[in-house]
Amino acid sequence: MLASSPRLRAILLRVAQAIPVVIGVVVISFLLTRALPGDPAVYFAGVAADEASIEETRVAMGLDKPLPVQFLHYVGDLLQGDLGQSLSSGRPVAVDLANRLPASLELTLPALFLAVVIAVPLGVLAATRPGTWVDHLCRVVVTAGVSLPTFFTGILLIYIFYYLMGIAPSPLGRLDFIYLSPDHVTGFYLIDAALMGDWETWRGAAKQLVLPATTLALFTLAPIARMTRAAMLTALSSDFIRTARAAGLSNRTVLYRYAFRNALLPVVTTLGMVFSFALGANVLVEKVFAWPGIGSYAVEALVVSDYAAVQGFVLAMALLFVALNLVIDLLYTAIDPRIGFEAQ
Amino acid sequence: MSDTTPSDLPRQPGNLEHVIYVLRTNPVTLIAFGMFTFLILSALFGPALVPYDPLATNAGNALQPPSWAHWFGTDQIGRDVFSRVIVATRLDLTISVAAVAISFVVGSILGCIAGYWGGWADIILNRFLDTIMAFPLFVLAMGIVAALGNSVENIIYATAIINMPFYARLVRAEVNIRRDAGFVRAAKLAGSSDLRVLATQIYPNALPPMMVQVSLNLGWAILNAAGLSFIGLGVSPPTAEWGIMVAEGANFIVSGEWWLAVFPGLWLMFAVFTFNLLGDGLRDIVDPRKRT
Amino acid sequence: MLSVKDLSVMFRTRRGNVDAVRGISFDVAKGEILGIVGESGSGKSVTSYALMRILDAGGTIKAGEAVYSGIALRRAAERDMRDIRGRETSMIFQNPRAALNPIRKVGHQIEDVLRHHARATRYDAREKAIAAMEAVKIKDAEERYNAYPFELSGGMCQRIVCAVALACNPRLLIADEPTTGLDITTQKAVMDLVRDLIRERDMSSILITHDLGLAAQYCDRLIVMKDGVSVEQGDPVTVFSQPEHPYSRKLVDATPRAGASVRDLLPAEARTPEPLITASNQPLIEVRDLVKTYAGKSGPVHAVKGISFTVNKGQCVGLVGESGCGKSTTSEMLVRLLDATSGQIVFHGKDIAKTPARSFAKDPRRAAIQMVVQDATDSLNPRHSARQAIAQPLRRLGGMRGAALEARIEELAGLVGLPQSLLDRFPHQLSGGQKARVGIARAVALDPEFLILDEPTAALDVSIQAVVLNLLVDLRSKLGLSYLFVSHDLHVVRLLCDHVIVMKDGEIVEEGPAQQVMSQPQNRYTKSLIAAAPKPPERAANKDQLETKDAQHPPFHDKRAS
Repeated sequence: MLASSPRLRAILLRVAQAIPVVIGVVVISFLLTRALPGDPAVYFAGVAADEASIEETRVAMGLDKPLPVQFLHYVGDLLQGDLGQSLSSGRPVAVDLANRLPASLELTLPALFLAVVIAVPLGVLAATRPGTWVDHLCRVVVTAGVSLPTFFTGILLIYIFYYLMGIAPSPLGRLDFIYLSPDHVTGFYLIDAALMGDWETWRGAAKQLVLPATTLALFTLAPIARMTRAAMLTALSSDFIRTARAAGLSNRTVLYRYAFRNALLPVVTTLGMVFSFALGANVLVEKVFAWPGIGSYAVEALVVSDYAAVQGFVLAMALLFVALNLVIDLLYTAIDPRIGFEAQ
Repeated sequence: MSDTTPSDLPRQPGNLEHVIYVLRTNPVTLIAFGMFTFLILSALFGPALVPYDPLATNAGNALQPPSWAHWFGTDQIGRDVFSRVIVATRLDLTISVAAVAISFVVGSILGCIAGYWGGWADIILNRFLDTIMAFPLFVLAMGIVAALGNSVENIIYATAIINMPFYARLVRAEVNIRRDAGFVRAAKLAGSSDLRVLATQIYPNALPPMMVQVSLNLGWAILNAAGLSFIGLGVSPPTAEWGIMVAEGANFIVSGEWWLAVFPGLWLMFAVFTFNLLGDGLRDIVDPRKRT
Repeated sequence: MLSVKDLSVMFRTRRGNVDAVRGISFDVAKGEILGIVGESGSGKSVTSYALMRILDAGGTIKAGEAVYSGIALRRAAERDMRDIRGRETSMIFQNPRAALNPIRKVGHQIEDVLRHHARATRYDAREKAIAAMEAVKIKDAEERYNAYPFELSGGMCQRIVCAVALACNPRLLIADEPTTGLDITTQKAVMDLVRDLIRERDMSSILITHDLGLAAQYCDRLIVMKDGVSVEQGDPVTVFSQPEHPYSRKLVDATPRAGASVRDLLPAEARTPEPLITASNQPLIEVRDLVKTYAGKSGPVHAVKGISFTVNKGQCVGLVGESGCGKSTTSEMLVRLLDATSGQIVFHGKDIAKTPARSFAKDPRRAAIQMVVQDATDSLNPRHSARQAIAQPLRRLGGMRGAALEARIEELAGLVGLPQSLLDRFPHQLSGGQKARVGIARAVALDPEFLILDEPTAALDVSIQAVVLNLLVDLRSKLGLSYLFVSHDLHVVRLLCDHVIVMKDGEIVEEGPAQQVMSQPQNRYTKSLIAAAPKPPERAANKDQLETKDAQHPPFHDKRAS
């Protein structure tokens, strides 16, 4: 069976499909910047701008020209990495975002990892032991999880663990002021502190991470657990499981090699949606915990009407999301051998 | 003897009887309906019935913990938290219902067209939806509100836009499944045009799964709107709205005045939870297969 | 080898306890093939699941015992059962592609079974798996080893399922409806293979099926089950020629076979005289060079490659072929739900193929050409009652309202034998036969001239099928209809039709008077089709008697002009 050719074609097709999506994202971002109240040039020129440089910006952005030309200018700027100037910081938006991105990733990635590590086994157990306490726990987690406002959970956790119980550190960002931030290598405090061998700082950074990561994890736990449980239930009631049982295969084999692997497919698909929610919830969590990531950057920018920064943030998040979805789809292609052979 | 009917009934139950039957056999649905009724009544009559004016300040009485005089305590400028929480129900429900209604209607129309006729309409719709869903949705809502202006109307539009892909995709899938069903062919044989078939045969059968989605979406829309106001978009002080109340109250929680943030947050949770529970009950009512 | 005594199985459902099997006893000797036959709900599959102890969560063996080679199956420990399953007793199921793990190579699935039962180690598993595949007569076993189920045909998948079941050389094979959903020729290939393997290895087998003819052809002994009990046991010839129990008599009667007429399918007391129908020589609908080509993923798909035939007024023409031959596509084009790529369909002198399918709903000729679709469940809108379903064409095309509409609905219900009290029920509250009647009532509501029947009885139990087929014959006479009867079941076509058209790969390979094509086929494909159809034993006590009877008194419908 020449399995490689149609599959390779399907993979290339998927990568190619990302291109019109990126174009669409850029178009919508462009429309958003042009829908701004007032004069965009003012926002993009920056805070130190006077009449002359605003006019310069206006010409540079081509605002006096027809819309399609403006779009070309916009794309040209983007390709050079120019997202405009931030009103509040005075620096290019792209630089600001790059500086603050590691903080957000350091929050989001551990949170997602935690969520998957808890939710998937929970879902599997709930599906294989229906009616037991695990099953009920799973259902409660799922129902509560989709009802909980992220920002509220964060606040509650702060109240309980910081104010009432005093175990958590004060929610004031990535590192308590008594520590010095580690030398910048990657921007990830945990990695940088470990690289330096500074375990005190490492512990300090980790302590600050616990509550915000838990808040974010709680939020993403619910859809993953729900999908895992549902997918396992579907897989377990499939005909091929009956065949495996009739052939006498052991419970473990049936469960993992046959049912779980098949159940993974819809779970991986759900991950895309979960990432979308997580990136949005990130903004809220960063505000609650004063976490200096790109989410709080955007929120601060909103308050001072620093629109260049906000739109730059939206575009950056979207591109990040497109990349993440591409990775997930390619992962899916690796797991499911049926991709590329649509005719069945 | 294999030709006997599954159940022998003297006569068919009417619509109201069926609703009562569903409520009776599923206590969770009954509770959900009760909670929903409470919310609707709060929204409709709350502002008229609350003990204090939600906007009335009383600096001398600020930051009082919950007491008999003020069930939920008072906030930092002396306003009664309970009154504000109840009154906020109207605003939050209005936002989410309006947003979901818009996305339901628009999404249904687009989904029907794409699902039934396919071809170019389908391709274009898919590209369009892909582009919207390429943004993390909350982030897109932020961008839209930031671009269009900071008002409640724009929160509704932004929420409607990010919600629309779910409906469009769902309706498209449901219509697609049923497009070649036997009863659709039978309807065409009976002389129904394509449009009539779509409207009277296919779409009503797509409604039960959509009912669940509507309910879940109402909950999600409330969370979304509250999230946007939490970060300062849409609603501005001194308006009473759950999200902004939690935002204002968050500043005080580290010093122990928990009631400013916790009560609005709990009410928000209560509302979202209600809509989630309601979803299954609605589907049972609308699905004829549950009629026995 | 296997001895079952008073086995009872109960299911706990939301509506209370359901007794699926109520005290069944039978034995299976070494090397014997036992057939368990019954209609839906008889408990035949549940019995086999109970033997293998793979009942669903709500099912328990309430009473009785099953002893396999001295081992009491009911009380055996789960660990022992897992040992027995696959190694001593094994099972194959219907829908073979769904029975295999879709994301695992088929070779690995066979290996799993071998290694679990310690019949192979990591090193020789692949070799042994390929050997198992060759044992079920799979050519190019080494290549197929790496295939996934979606890459294989239905028949090939069933072979793989057999390979999995037989890999460890079990002594007992249970086959639960292994040929449902397969084409007739594939069905024969699979059943022949299974029978050969069983004989080769001197195994015993239990074949569970609803097809009495199939069971009679391949089994040494039959059990007829109804409502959870065994009503009759015996060898096929005896059961067929001298059924003792009234139910088995009813089943045997209802099984379509050569030499019977449609009335013979019904129980003796219901056999009213068959109407005499004379088909005329006037063509009603003429198909000329009809072509349908789809744009497929890997090039154009030629579903129908230019066929021509005629249906005369009053005639019943049968259209037979296996899946993919184009018969369903043809019928959809004829009924104008699908546009042809080219060709003509001449109805009353005008070419209706010119009118696109989209606008045919409004055409005045819409009411004259109608169709009864295959799956009655699918053909009724789950939100509409039977009354509303029948009313639909009357409202849309007949413009009827109010009292006239109600009267006509009741008239139609009476015509198809649907009790008036059922008219307000929803489809999920009706049985299969009742749904089929609603579908027929709706199709004949506006007195059409031409009715296309697309496998109308395929999903029905055989006794219900008998009733519906008779209904169709009566309606044809009463209403002066002409039929195009599309089916894969050759026996049914022979019973009903004057004229038969055989299709393969989008072309007509043979056509002619039904009797002639069925008994003296000219084309090689037709011959293989007829050879593949299961042949139940003759009903007469003496086989020779029947042959002479056939020659002296040909079945009634031959007297009609064709």
